[in-house]
Amino acid sequence: MASLRMLLEKPWIWSFAGALVVWLATIAFTGGYGAGGMVTAALSLAVFTVIVGVGQMFVITLGPGNVDLSLPANIGLASAVAMKVMGGSDSMIVVGLLAALACGAAIGAINYLLIWALRIPPIIATLSASFIIQSVDISYGRGLQIKPPPGFADFTNLQVLGIPVLAMLTVVFTVGAALALQRMIYGRSVLAIGQNIRAAWLAGVNVGRVRFLTYTLCGALGGIDGALLAGYFRGANVDIGNEYLLASIAVVVIGGTSVAGGKANVPGVWGAGLFLVLLLTMLNTFGVSAGVRLVLTGLIIVGVITAAGGEKAVR
Amino acid sequence: MLQAIADIVRLNGAEKHFGAVRALNGVDFHVGAGECVGLVGHNGAGKSTLMHMVAGTLRPDGGQIAVRGNAETSYSVARALELGIRCVFQELSLCPNLSVAENTRINHPSLTGLGWRRRAADLIRAKLDEIFPDHGISADDIAGDLSIGRRQMVEVARAFTLTREPLHLVILDEPTSSLDAHTAGQLLSFVRRFVGQGGSCILISHVLGEVLQNADRIVVMRDGKVVAADAASAFDRDRLVAAMGGAEGHRKAPVEARKAEAGALRVRARPARQEDGKELVARAGEIIGLAGLAGHGQTDLLLAIFSAAARARAGIEVTAPVALVAGDRQSDGIFAQWSIAQNIGIRSLARLRNGLLISPRREAELAEFWKQKIGIRTPDMNNNIFSLSGGNQQKALFARALGSDAEIVLMDDPMRGVDIGTKLEVYDLVREEAAKGRTFLWYTTETEELDNCDHVYVFKNGRIVANLRRDELTEEKIIQSSFGDAA
Repeated sequence: MASLRMLLEKPWIWSFAGALVVWLATIAFTGGYGAGGMVTAALSLAVFTVIVGVGQMFVITLGPGNVDLSLPANIGLASAVAMKVMGGSDSMIVVGLLAALACGAAIGAINYLLIWALRIPPIIATLSASFIIQSVDISYGRGLQIKPPPGFADFTNLQVLGIPVLAMLTVVFTVGAALALQRMIYGRSVLAIGQNIRAAWLAGVNVGRVRFLTYTLCGALGGIDGALLAGYFRGANVDIGNEYLLASIAVVVIGGTSVAGGKANVPGVWGAGLFLVLLLTMLNTFGVSAGVRLVLTGLIIVGVITAAGGEKAVR
Repeated sequence: MLQAIADIVRLNGAEKHFGAVRALNGVDFHVGAGECVGLVGHNGAGKSTLMHMVAGTLRPDGGQIAVRGNAETSYSVARALELGIRCVFQELSLCPNLSVAENTRINHPSLTGLGWRRRAADLIRAKLDEIFPDHGISADDIAGDLSIGRRQMVEVARAFTLTREPLHLVILDEPTSSLDAHTAGQLLSFVRRFVGQGGSCILISHVLGEVLQNADRIVVMRDGKVVAADAASAFDRDRLVAAMGGAEGHRKAPVEARKAEAGALRVRARPARQEDGKELVARAGEIIGLAGLAGHGQTDLLLAIFSAAARARAGIEVTAPVALVAGDRQSDGIFAQWSIAQNIGIRSLARLRNGLLISPRREAELAEFWKQKIGIRTPDMNNNIFSLSGGNQQKALFARALGSDAEIVLMDDPMRGVDIGTKLEVYDLVREEAAKGRTFLWYTTETEELDNCDHVYVFKNGRIVANLRRDELTEEKIIQSSFGDAA
């Protein structure tokens, strides 16, 4: 009983509860048909949201105004870079992944340089950066429809006992991210800055370095996500990251991270990622048209944030 | 005699619980018309809770409240204002993004229509001029840009401005905590004038001299109860301290001659606006005071020294790790989402690691050590920092700095709103740490605290104007230097 109450106090529990409810509603509708397949598909797709969601979570936790809006463009460019470097050859997979990682990290670093050197608010800096990145992507990837190497495409779709390997690796990654957030100096510093940047500076936190690392990390995660998406969907393209603008922010907020900064959790990103994918599947199953589906998705996200985000102010 | 004075407000058997904590345990309290009541007690004794009830911001869990003899059943802030009861809280409450005039308007809904901003500005300017002549505050200043001392002046002046609502009783919760001796004196003499004209005041202060000299009657609280209440003339300092419990009597800082040999140089700093060759020099084991009127460059110099420790700066030399104890704890110190233990540990994370990860055990040990050492009053260091009273929050900030590897500790007027018992404990701790070789740079607005310093730099207009050794240190000398024309 006490452990149940403790569980209910966790901010991330609601995203998992939401995912479960949506899943149950869908299999109730289908009469139990496809229950397992749905979970597999949800895990495969949620992975991509979770990876960028973790990056976005660290950025948002830096405090009010911090957000990375360049993720979609970043994902698009990195997917093209990765596919071009791999050039369809299995021997170049690792090099291609590293190239995507470096491309994303560079974008993140440039984002922070804009914010720091020009003192532009992050929302403007990352948004304008994303236009530039997108232009680079269009001229760089024009007319190219490079397929991923077969080994890489197979790897991104590989499953063991119905569980995607990519999902397992992402779980390992998120455990690491959770440790970094709660138990490493880096994570503590991010949380401190998000609560009170001036107090963090006066308590000896290296504010500039931590913010730089955070934007770079978020960019790097966007980069690796782009490469994985290109492998999973068998080809890079400029629009491949588009849906991750809203999704990356939505999973952070639905997952129980405070938009005001200073308070974050990693498990919630998983719960919210699954919730969003399952929600789409449910609406598809119900045969809802695309327009209505978007409206409903928007409404549900607003509803969840209102219900879960009614955080009591401290004092 | 007392019966003859009409009550402004009277509480009978007031009780308040926060969870298991009994903040107030059956308190009887009243204020008469034309009376200044001094309220003293240690941090966490229940003073602020009691005042929240008088001001209507907290509802008692038990007991009655009556205003001018009429029982109030649904008492609230709005009702209190209607009845002419106002409060200046310890946690400053101006909106930082608004100007002084706009902040004044918030309390005066009747200032409407064209030109309200000008009328609000006139209102607050007149009151500031009346209470604090030469205050140097413009009604157009944005509240957040003012120093904490000036914010406090605006807050106090605002409480005394008058439009439609009546004004009978003003609660002043630590009104002088961020003011220097000169401005505090201006405020207290205004309070006496206000009371002389028939107004009433409740004065909460940890500076016992202020209460003894300015209150007509003094109420002492301890552990959520009133333990003594009598005419101010019936109290002296020792009786007050004894009634509050804790610190035994008044101890003057022992002035035993400290070792004269100079330690290693720790800090050498010249304020940015210094034109002559004067500079601040601090050596290992020294306690250096920074004095003068509030907001004359002391905090700026501390911050400059703090940043010079991380990155070299012209004119400032720092040779050891630095930690800072914030005085403005809400904006410079506290991490609101965190536990007490996390708030203490943040400055020492590198030492708390075990491999790459922060060890929860070491973090708890650090917190527990300082809980004992500095006497933080809490059942559990894992509670949120805001479960502590203001003075105990301040102790946590001291623990953060003293528990770190810093050899130089900068203190930015850190004793605001801290009770005398805690202060004496912290003074002892500071001297003990200095004897071990730590260096303290201590900005304070309370002249008494300078007794703990080896020597004192007096500031004026961002410059050092005097360097006084401990044996030549007197309040007159400091005031003289603060006001002198010396460049």
